[in-house]
Amino acid sequence: MEQILANGVYLGSQYAMIALGLTLIFALMNVLNFAHGQMYVIGGFVTYTFYGQWGVPFVLALVMSCVTLAILGALIERYLFAPVIKGSAREESTMLLAAGIAFFLDAVILLVFGEKQRGVPKIIDGVFNYDFKLIMPYDRILICFLAILSIVAFIGLMQYTKTGRALRALAQDRTAAQLMGVNVDRYSMIGFALGAMLAGLVGGLLVTITGVNLGMGGPTSIKAFMMVMIGGAGVISGAIWGGIILGFMEAIGLALLYQYGDITYLLIFVSLMIFLAIRPQGLMGKPWG
Amino acid sequence: MGFSGKQLMGVGIFLFVIFIGVPLIIAATGRWDFYYTLTSVALLAIASAGVWLTFYIGRINIGQGAFALIGAYVSAILVVKAGWSFWISLPAAGLFAALVAILIGLPILRLRGVYFAMITLVLTQVATLTALALPITNGAKGISSIPLPSGVSIFGIPLIPDFSSMENTKLAFYITACILMIVTYAALYRLVNSRLGHLCRSMQQNEELASSIGVNISYIRIVIFAISSFFGGIGGAMFGSIAQSVYPSSFQVADSVNFMLNCFLGGLGYVFGPMLGTLVLYFGWDLLFEFGKYQMLIYSTILILLIRFLPNGLLSLSIGKGDKK
Repeated sequence: MEQILANGVYLGSQYAMIALGLTLIFALMNVLNFAHGQMYVIGGFVTYTFYGQWGVPFVLALVMSCVTLAILGALIERYLFAPVIKGSAREESTMLLAAGIAFFLDAVILLVFGEKQRGVPKIIDGVFNYDFKLIMPYDRILICFLAILSIVAFIGLMQYTKTGRALRALAQDRTAAQLMGVNVDRYSMIGFALGAMLAGLVGGLLVTITGVNLGMGGPTSIKAFMMVMIGGAGVISGAIWGGIILGFMEAIGLALLYQYGDITYLLIFVSLMIFLAIRPQGLMGKPWG
Repeated sequence: MGFSGKQLMGVGIFLFVIFIGVPLIIAATGRWDFYYTLTSVALLAIASAGVWLTFYIGRINIGQGAFALIGAYVSAILVVKAGWSFWISLPAAGLFAALVAILIGLPILRLRGVYFAMITLVLTQVATLTALALPITNGAKGISSIPLPSGVSIFGIPLIPDFSSMENTKLAFYITACILMIVTYAALYRLVNSRLGHLCRSMQQNEELASSIGVNISYIRIVIFAISSFFGGIGGAMFGSIAQSVYPSSFQVADSVNFMLNCFLGGLGYVFGPMLGTLVLYFGWDLLFEFGKYQMLIYSTILILLIRFLPNGLLSLSIGKGDKK
């Protein structure tokens, strides 16, 4: 039981970070970022290249992942999403653009990094073992700790800095924020870059444990969508709850139902549909987000 | 419904091109593989028509892959295990998909906007996982070596020849797929220009307002979702019959996204948009095959540029020149 809970915390903290980036982008621009999983994969590959291949210290490699993705996110927002949102008759056109970007990033990953599964050397060796009831490798504990730290830092940024206040104002009401003197274009770009950066950071953290490969993008996006739906689209606390809930469901399901194979995910999907039928806006979302 | 001479002529030219022009060109150039490509375009266009119809009531449907997969499996199981004729299993597949759509639609059609888009995306994943888990679908091995469609005759008059006795099944499948596509779009055109179509447009603009003036919105959205999934089921069943096999991976999340892209690219305001979008996307993808590993890169770059500079769809180029819908 302790093991399941520990796995749940570990998975949940990772998932929450992925969902945070997605929900931030959604809250600010009303864009469903299909390319989020691909951004996560790119983050993983950047850390792999710096830390695994060139021997740069892990923390520096993580920073490089964040910087790369932040720049990528900013460029995508500035030159693709912003003009399309302005020029399109329907908001939904951004979905087509997001899907196109997902395809594009997949193609770039394939050309630059290849299709092989990549892994990096362990950051710390050794396994934490509490009386054989709770077994957890030290590197997982460290990654989990770093993930929670990043989430706390992110919440701090959103709550207590000027940028965070501007972003929250933008998410609440675009027009009102503009009237209050928030530079809407600039903060949209910053928000998108921040969301992409979170995806890159998780990618960089997880490459040390699960490795990274080209095919991880799509499924990661779908999981992120599920977390956002559980918690409510565009709500920061909702994304964290969604991540934790999905992490625990997966940990418990995989532990109890492992002999049935993929049935865990089927059950999660079905229960999500039932949950959404009862509460369409998720746990914390605004109705009709 | 009155048709102008211009419209009739357009339909005439279109029919002439797909039934006489294309076979002649293919015979002249010897590119027999184009038959398969064009057949796929016709079938994907049928499924995309369904996605377009759900958009017509203001819902973004990324779940058409689920219904195409359901249709493909229902038809394959009926033909292989129950020994039905393919031509009876085809409508049965469509009807079963529609039935599933009604059951699933009752709860999820209450969702709107991005929530509906996400839940339908998840639905595609559920369909794949269900196909893997159920015993009747044979798990990951799928159902293979489905027999070709048999002949149909009424009172001894052969209506549809036996496909397995034909030398050129590619041409036969091409013509079948085109006929299905034309029937689908004719039905879609009729639907959009009927009373139901007007009600759908009112819902697309504002559901509360439509409801307040007496439109039964929950009934209409179920009906529309069922019709949409019927198209998906038909398209999927026909696809399974051509490939002669169905696997859980036959229709995946990427296919669902592609159905949506077809509609968006063609333009959501036009009935024939999804057909054009499918043709451009699928044919373009096929033509880029020669670029080898750069295929995806070029394809996605073109896609991004198209949406960047034509955010309202390809057909939006002809706005103002009339011929709307």
